[in-house]
Amino acid sequence: MRALASLFKELAGLFVDDGSLALAVLVWLTLVALLDQLAPAGWDGAVLFLGLAALLGENTRRAARRR
Amino acid sequence: MLASLPHAAPTVLAAFLASLVEFVEALTVVLAVGVTRGWRPALLGTALGLLLLLLLVALLGPALALVPLGALQLVVGTLLLLFGLRWLRKAVLRAAGIIPLHDERAAFASETAALGGAGMRRAWDILGVATAFKIVVLEGLEVVFILIAVGAAGGLLLPASLGAVAALIAVVALGAALHRPLAQVPENALKLVVGVLLSAFGTFWAGEGIGIRWPGADWAALALVAGFAATAAFSIAACRPRPAAALERGD
Repeated sequence: MRALASLFKELAGLFVDDGSLALAVLVWLTLVALLDQLAPAGWDGAVLFLGLAALLGENTRRAARRR
Repeated sequence: MLASLPHAAPTVLAAFLASLVEFVEALTVVLAVGVTRGWRPALLGTALGLLLLLLLVALLGPALALVPLGALQLVVGTLLLLFGLRWLRKAVLRAAGIIPLHDERAAFASETAALGGAGMRRAWDILGVATAFKIVVLEGLEVVFILIAVGAAGGLLLPASLGAVAALIAVVALGAALHRPLAQVPENALKLVVGVLLSAFGTFWAGEGIGIRWPGADWAALALVAGFAATAAFSIAACRPRPAAALERGD
């Protein structure tokens, strides 16, 4: 059981380093998907990228301030 | 067209560089096992780890063909995005001097000290085999995921695999020739480049998975690469401690 928990932790660690960034990315992706369903537009891709870039920039600046 | 130039070249490059980083990390531990516990357990653990990874690929590869492309793009793209942003975040913080760089020499010294002090060496040393097996499987799983993520969603599994095989050959050849960790490899710069590429691919595939029609089709992936590279450069500059702040801290 401990080995399984350790394996799961290792696997989760491949994708999640800072939980708040991972959660924010998933929420943003969901919002853009909803936006695309409600009003498909040519700029959805740009909105998706700009949001992700802003999340990364904010997260790294916050991490830098904490240390 | 999925296998077009704008996707094929970055895919092979991403697979090669990402695999290079992972293989260098695995080589450090396998060398430490070889030096402290003997080459037989080091090579046996490595071979068993590679066998398990090959089995995984043989099982997962055909199974992926059964998954509808849209679902595959959404799931793999989202995981790739999380994976890529994790690498990019860490590489940005390391490049800005916020967290220390990964040091293969230090990792080798620490692993050698831990393994050298642990128990007696036998003909078939379980600790040595297990240590080599674990690192090969852990680092190899990342390589397998990257290959599937950058290759399968875009129909480029073979070119991506060739990139990984080239990295494996390069690392094994250098490791066999030098018999010491590859500390000169600029690991953080590689992680930064790979983080940019994987984040761009992840955004592209996840976007397609949620129904986004990218302007310029495949060429949008290259625009995303440029966008994430600019974001990383801006973030590094923004995170660097300012001289005034450093003076206040007495640095």
